[in-house]
Amino acid sequence: MDLQSQEAILRLSETHGPANLLVLIGAPDPEAAEISAETVVLGDPAYAGALAGAQLGLDVYHVLEDAVRQDVPDDVWEAQIGVMADILEADALGAAVAGMREQKPT
Amino acid sequence: MLQDKKVIALGERDGISGPAIAACVEAAGGTVVFVATECFV
Repeated sequence: MDLQSQEAILRLSETHGPANLLVLIGAPDPEAAEISAETVVLGDPAYAGALAGAQLGLDVYHVLEDAVRQDVPDDVWEAQIGVMADILEADALGAAVAGMREQKPT
Repeated sequence: MLQDKKVIALGERDGISGPAIAACVEAAGGTVVFVATECFV
């Protein structure tokens, strides 16, 4: 994850509190989705950014997960996500992010 | 799930972009507090 994004997420977490934030990921493959999810749940696995060692435990979903999809009006979903929902492997992406979500520190 | 939530939209260039995620969140009643479109290499 970009270093600037990590700094922004850390700052937002301090401002709003981790429990009040939700992260939505738009990564195209499960590996990238998992790394992004890991970064906001357990910390930066590359130990390169502001989230290194920061176990924020943020709530995180891939945008293609059903829990997200069902909240978005159909016309907006079609306009913004459209064909990408068919091209990308939504189930695998969702599973990758859910796996990290379940490792959220208690 | 998104209603009244503060959402960080982490899009990706080859997947779903940050602004596209943000538009979905706002339409669902959430508040977007950060938007980025990254390039995973």
